[in-house]
Amino acid sequence: MKKYRVVGQEVEKVDGRALVTGQPVFTDDFSLPGMLYGKILRSPYAHALIKEINASEAEKLKGVEAVFTYKNVPRKAYTTAGQGYPEPSPYDSFIFDKKVRFVGDRVAAVFAKSLSIAEEALSLIKVEYEELPAILDPEDALKDGAPVIHDEPEIQGAHYPSRNIVSHVDLEIGNVDQALRDSDFVVEGIWETQYAQHCPMEAHIAIAYLDERGKLVIRSSTQVPFHARRILSFLLGIPISKIRVIKPRIGGGFGAKQEVLIEDLVALATLKTKRPARLELTREEEFVSSRTMHPMKVKVHLGADKEGMLKAIDMDILSNTGAYGTHGPTVFFNAGSKTLPLYNKAENVRFTGNVVYTNLPVAGAYRGYGATEGYFALECAIDELARKMEIDPLILRQKNHIRSGETSPIFKKLGEGREGVPQTVESCGLEECIEKGRELFEWDKKRSLPREVAPGIYRGYGMAIMMQGSAIPLVDMASATIKMNEDGSFLLLVGATDLGTGSDTILAQIACEEIGIPVKNITVYSSDTDFTPFDKGAYASSTTYLSGEAVRKAARKVKEQILEVAHILLGASGDLVIEDSLVKEVGTGKTLTLEEIGLRSFYMADQRQIQATASHVSEVSPPPFAAHFVEVEVDTRTGKITPILYVAAVDCGVAVNPQLTRGQIIGSIVNGLGFALSEGLVFNTRGMPLNPNFLDYKVLSSLDIPEIEVILVETHEPSGPFGAKSVAEICINGPLPAVANAVYDALGIQLKKAPFTAESVLRLLGKI
Amino acid sequence: MRVQFKLNHKEVSFNVHPGESLFEVLRREGNYEVKGSNCRDGSCGACTVLLDGVPVPSCTILIGRVEGREVETVESLGDMENLHPLERAFLENGAVQCGYCIPGILLVAKALLDRNPNPSREEIEEELSGNICRCTGYVQQIEAIERAAELLREERK
Repeated sequence: MKKYRVVGQEVEKVDGRALVTGQPVFTDDFSLPGMLYGKILRSPYAHALIKEINASEAEKLKGVEAVFTYKNVPRKAYTTAGQGYPEPSPYDSFIFDKKVRFVGDRVAAVFAKSLSIAEEALSLIKVEYEELPAILDPEDALKDGAPVIHDEPEIQGAHYPSRNIVSHVDLEIGNVDQALRDSDFVVEGIWETQYAQHCPMEAHIAIAYLDERGKLVIRSSTQVPFHARRILSFLLGIPISKIRVIKPRIGGGFGAKQEVLIEDLVALATLKTKRPARLELTREEEFVSSRTMHPMKVKVHLGADKEGMLKAIDMDILSNTGAYGTHGPTVFFNAGSKTLPLYNKAENVRFTGNVVYTNLPVAGAYRGYGATEGYFALECAIDELARKMEIDPLILRQKNHIRSGETSPIFKKLGEGREGVPQTVESCGLEECIEKGRELFEWDKKRSLPREVAPGIYRGYGMAIMMQGSAIPLVDMASATIKMNEDGSFLLLVGATDLGTGSDTILAQIACEEIGIPVKNITVYSSDTDFTPFDKGAYASSTTYLSGEAVRKAARKVKEQILEVAHILLGASGDLVIEDSLVKEVGTGKTLTLEEIGLRSFYMADQRQIQATASHVSEVSPPPFAAHFVEVEVDTRTGKITPILYVAAVDCGVAVNPQLTRGQIIGSIVNGLGFALSEGLVFNTRGMPLNPNFLDYKVLSSLDIPEIEVILVETHEPSGPFGAKSVAEICINGPLPAVANAVYDALGIQLKKAPFTAESVLRLLGKI
Repeated sequence: MRVQFKLNHKEVSFNVHPGESLFEVLRREGNYEVKGSNCRDGSCGACTVLLDGVPVPSCTILIGRVEGREVETVESLGDMENLHPLERAFLENGAVQCGYCIPGILLVAKALLDRNPNPSREEIEEELSGNICRCTGYVQQIEAIERAAELLREERK
């Protein structure tokens, strides 16, 4: 494998110094004179019609500059999902509507000279509601006579709105029923996930203002600046040329910011008042009214022969998208498309199900994007099958998982809410992931130990394997521009959206590797719709793989331009290389600095700006792979599950920056452990969330984490920049099944509903 | 009312409303290095400052309580050119992702290392438990604090 100079190095995060010294880099670290503060009035009902809304008292309050309700904003159906155009999500949302569809839905917004005036104004808005029957259980959504949540005539793109169905799939390859009948072993079960929230430390925030040209500028904590600009233009009826979206540093997103959630309101306020306007969600709003993971009920039915070869996989899903269908179809498709190809030995595969509306908070994109829910069911079912067959679940997985050079019909059949793209897996290090994880974890030794380690205290050992994708093939595009300065330094301009992941650093490393310069000689700018070229944004595990390849192409073009000048200057006829900012002629030892080339290009001869822009669309979405192993301790007196050791062996191709890669892996594992152990919104009988705060919704702390070991299994993905694939999402899929499997191994109880609270353990033990 | 206190070793005096929190006053006066998750109940730790050397979530401190006392924000550690050993260790150990929780966590770590130059892993985990980091999963932050403790002990030699 080729040795790289910059790729594969643990270079310092390019924005790291600013972050550790607390520089003003986030959206809110910026204030403008005369800025207005916004607040949103939220629905107290899960489902209701607004019979009358009167904002005149609020408008009269001193300091109030604008009040918006459905009466004075454009009515246009749209989706808040920040996806490629045309979006696969239904157009079922309005800036404000006459109907509210969940507790926390938008009713009105106020912009005032201070936050306290805005808050006071909210209490002056008089709203008369007519409460409607609500759907608080996704099973009820499909029943005859169920209330219709989206009865608006404008709705587009939902499968069957009058039946509350957003998306429906009925896909079969082979003959699943026959194969199940013919199987020697079958298992079946339903696994259920919860309402989990992303909890980025920085809440959604946006600030709008008009620049000196009269252009609407929006500084926003967004993962999708270009999609935000496009959606705002459509929604507000103003041309794209009149909108500029700036993404500063982002305080975490995890999918919650792949949405246009508040930009429309600050835009309306600024357009109306001509003054800067700011809106930030409170933590409660973040939990209730932003976006969540899709709670799913995933039914899996597996069949295998005596040799342990899978013959059939049947997956049926009921996905709850909440009150609006943003990301509903695509998250659902991903629950199948990112899981089923993993076991490509099964020739009979069925994927069916529905995505339904309920009068509960709105699910959206969440790191893992459906694969998390799918793997919980699939990987627990695989363990159950292994138990039935009385073989090691690790060996059952080894017999059946996909390998390099192989394919699965699912790649073509299931895509982004529609057909996908066929592909053959080129790089797959899953065999090595399983073997290396097995060794470090001491799987064989541990599985032979007595499970009771003290009276009432049991240890158990579980595992799961998984894959994800890298970008959305033949849909999403990324581009990058690189410019050279006269001192031999460079500027990298990307629309790619570093939301804390370190992608600016990764992209700098890719550019520098290709050109032949150290990272200190490049400055990265991301992202500004007026000054950086288009990129789809940060989602679908795209940035390293897709934006990285765009950067590599741009860097190659820039390098060619540099070498063209160098050939003339050196009078060289032979090959030239660039190493550490020095152009060298191979063989003669003649050298030239990049500064000499830069100065000449700007001021002396054959004058030009050395620069290039390149774009990239991928025809494939190469999966990263991982094998996870977990040791848990369960106290049968209290029901508490404590993870002790977690081993993750991961193939993400070439790790461009192993330290940042490790950070992505550990961060996603700990988030996934939160799904397994503690996280979940709880609702009362009227659909009101009871725990929308960090005290009652338990995100794991430093005291709750196990020892975590990461093994990077390096492969080389031919279609990725310098062999890289993605890594940001995959590992969030492991903890739910691995922990459930480990608890079964400890106690013989099957946890099928997340989170696995102490109460649920005690119930299964028959103690309460 | 007016309140006077020491902020990052300098005397400051601000006109404030008695109902305001230290967090609100600091942000209003341009101390943008103090970040807030909008939890407003001290449960996330992002807005942590040192009050007479003790880490506290500034959103839970009424401004009147700060009169005559000493407040430190992350500005009192290093700057872009001269990083504090903690800041250096955080960068070198990959302990920073989005960076939003980092100023608070650095101050918690500083208070710990001031009190105990050689903390055990358990002590670090205990100390960090009031600060949520959703990106990193804490492991690299704990390693970074161990590394910073080493760096600081070497400096003292």
